Amino acid sequence: MSDLSGPTPVLALGGAAFDGYVRVAEEPLRAMFTLRGDLSAKALKNAATGLAAVDMPGQGQVALNGEHCIAWMSPDELLVMTPWDEHAKALGQLDATLTDPALNYTDVSQARALFSLSGPDGLVREVAAKLAPVDLSPAAFPAGSFRRSRIGQVSAAIWMPAPGRIEVVCFRSVADYVFTLLRDAARPGSEVGLFG
Amino acid sequence: MLLLECPCCGQRGEETEFHCGGEAHITREGPGADDAAFENYMFERVNPKGVHFERWRHVHGCGKWFHAARDSATLEVFGTYAAATHRPPEELLETIRAKRPGFKWRELA
Ligand SMILES: [Zn+2]
Repeated sequence: MSDLSGPTPVLALGGAAFDGYVRVAEEPLRAMFTLRGDLSAKALKNAATGLAAVDMPGQGQVALNGEHCIAWMSPDELLVMTPWDEHAKALGQLDATLTDPALNYTDVSQARALFSLSGPDGLVREVAAKLAPVDLSPAAFPAGSFRRSRIGQVSAAIWMPAPGRIEVVCFRSVADYVFTLLRDAARPGSEVGLFG
Repeated sequence: MLLLECPCCGQRGEETEFHCGGEAHITREGPGADDAAFENYMFERVNPKGVHFERWRHVHGCGKWFHAARDSATLEVFGTYAAATHRPPEELLETIRAKRPGFKWRELA
């Protein structure tokens, strides 16, 4: 990479983690791209699936395979993630695929912070449910669900890659605020038993 | 607490996930309007107890604008519908007429 790519990126909180009644951890950097345009446009679908190698997600869903994922953000927006080491390749691929000016992408890798909650499924759901006004019961939010909402006072997206694991993405500028809230919500002794 | 369903992304959420954008279906008078019409557009708003129509934005969700019909006294939400329309869908008006017989809101009834 040329000098124009800037210094090596660092995580917002240096990979902070907290072992409470579930584990809260800042995840390693991922390449993240916001794709905007007509979600039924072939070029947009090809760009997304070409990067993540998973199917297009349905409304309110995330399609994923490990760190590769495509999340449905809105009727004209996708969030595509890949491992960080594919970042440079992904940029080239997006430039080559999204040539229609009505379809575009933004590299948001370093504009976001990514956290995970892991542990027993019911408790992981409960910690997230303490902070977001969302029905996180297993019936309403099965694995593969993706939901944009708020964590405390800031916007965030929450999804469930697998039972017992929730991932949260927020703006990097509020990473410390969100991590502090998640850590407090996971403090031992504050279990509610909401989901059994 | 209001429970709103965003017609753009289909998510159902409570009101803190949204932001209210004021009264719905306001005609934005331009430079050609007379003073009375412009004053009406600029300043006159209804503040009903009962059926009300508003603009809302799914600010912590998909980010889109939409319309909502609700009861300002009971906080019952009658329905939500697309932003790009001058008038609530007839089906929604039927629902409101059934639930609030004789309601009046601006020129709607
Ligand atoms: Zn929405």
